Amino acid sequence: MSDDHVYMTLAEGHEDDTRWAYGTGFEDPLHGVDTTVPEGIDAGELAALCVALADDALVSAQRLAEWITRAPELEEEVALANIGLDLLGQARLLYSRAGQVDGTGRDEDAYAYVRDAGDFHNVRLAELPNGDFAFAIVRLLVLSSWRLAHFEQLASHPDPVLAAIATKGVKELAYHRQYAAEWAVRLGDGTQESHRRMRRAQEQVAPYLGELFTACDVRDEVVTVLRQVTEAAGLPMPVYRPLPGSGRDGEHTEHLAPLLAELQGVARAHPEATW
Amino acid sequence: MTEQLQEHFDATISRDQRIEPRDWMPDGYRKTLIRQIAQHAHSEIIGMQPEGEWITRAPSLRRKAILFAKVQDEAGHGLYLYSAAETLGADRADLTNRLIEGRQKYSSIFNYPTMSFADVGVIGWFVDGAAICNQVPLCRSSYGPYARAMVRICKEESFHQRQGFELLMTMMRGTEAQREMVQDAVNRWWWPSLMMFGPPDDSSPNSAQSMAWKIKRHSNDELRQRFVDMTVPQADKLGVTLPDPELRWNAERGHHDFGTPDWDELMRVIKGDGPCNDQRMERRRSAHEEGAWVREAATAHAAKQAARAEKGAVA
Repeated sequence: MSDDHVYMTLAEGHEDDTRWAYGTGFEDPLHGVDTTVPEGIDAGELAALCVALADDALVSAQRLAEWITRAPELEEEVALANIGLDLLGQARLLYSRAGQVDGTGRDEDAYAYVRDAGDFHNVRLAELPNGDFAFAIVRLLVLSSWRLAHFEQLASHPDPVLAAIATKGVKELAYHRQYAAEWAVRLGDGTQESHRRMRRAQEQVAPYLGELFTACDVRDEVVTVLRQVTEAAGLPMPVYRPLPGSGRDGEHTEHLAPLLAELQGVARAHPEATW
Repeated sequence: MTEQLQEHFDATISRDQRIEPRDWMPDGYRKTLIRQIAQHAHSEIIGMQPEGEWITRAPSLRRKAILFAKVQDEAGHGLYLYSAAETLGADRADLTNRLIEGRQKYSSIFNYPTMSFADVGVIGWFVDGAAICNQVPLCRSSYGPYARAMVRICKEESFHQRQGFELLMTMMRGTEAQREMVQDAVNRWWWPSLMMFGPPDDSSPNSAQSMAWKIKRHSNDELRQRFVDMTVPQADKLGVTLPDPELRWNAERGHHDFGTPDWDELMRVIKGDGPCNDQRMERRRSAHEEGAWVREAATAHAAKQAARAEKGAVA
């Protein structure tokens, strides 16, 4: 192979764009899965569930993307990007499923770029501004533990597509939780400063916990995990009073609209464009 | 003794064999490599910023995923390269400090701003393209760990370049406003991209020694010419105009003639006076400083763990 082989061939072979655009080694998690909605499933409920879970993932991925070039170490740049990419991938599959199920035939971008804050159904914890690395870790620990428990249940959902998406997601979320748990222990145990920051982050996250458990019934499992990790980290379990309202019902903090303005700005400025 | 070692080193270089970390090497060779590899690593890390700004704003989820993955790859490249520098006895924390204190440089290209989403495509096409021209020959560099890191990095860069070009092809098939964005980005990035190959050969002080040591395999001007020759037909295919009135095919030379980049501008940008130098350095510095408590906590935790393990072993 000559030195310039790669560059020379750049303009050739564009008929086959889609092959590489998702990245090498990308396995289609829906390969061979029947996408018709099985009888006896309420299509409206299924679509709403897919959208809510996709919104959680997209909004979380957006916050993780904001960390890029701001992480405390290069390994953390890579890890936070990896987690963000996994969640973005989950969001894309779930939106696509919602579009198949709700009869509108909308694609992933129609859900991500055209809806306003009041039509988003993510939990509010996902949309809170980034804060420091301790907050990122506590939030990730809570959200990944919760989503993992939820996805483990959904892996046996009667809709085969949602079940396949959840099965793929379980492997990813297990890593996210592991990463967050390891950092929680390091920071809880590390120095007085890191311990103080972790306590503060726990207090900031706690009021948003209640909302998670009205969305699905995994409270005991999640609380057990959080208790284990906080104990290993030498941190207390925070006592909290849940905030009223729920992102699942479209009730959000003031932070979601600006997040969406940034996410949607270019796409909305060029409604006729193709990207 | 040193004479024999030097002879052995020279013979290895002349046979086109690799120098490995534990081999003897002249101090100058080691220093030159550390400087070059560190600058390359810094460029990958600073290079995350101009495009990273657009991850949160990418106009489709597919483009968002592609860009997110690309910027992540750049962090990964920085990591391999700092590791390659560590095989020469350098220390990553020290190299990071040199960057932050302005004692080591990074590629001047990253001191230009990204004005629209088309910049993401043009950076992929030109900047990753120029990086490939520069780096593919480095896969045969005489220092083993650097050469091997470059093999993997070049594969990923070529992937990024194709993604950039594909974005531009898509935008050129889109609306008039999109085509204008692409042409505007081409106009802004063309000359800075030509400058990525460094000053002209007659004013490049370190090149001759690096070529003799086979750290570098081609001169700056050779690589620049190769980049121009390869890019011209691609610009035609895309339907954009490269902003150089002197650009034309020279049948006699078998190459394109092209205008002279503004070398004064390159010198100004290298010295710190580019449009975004302060912003890029400030971001890197503040990320490093704001992360200090995290790194300290990780170190303290590891020390406590080790002490607990020792205590456990004694008990």
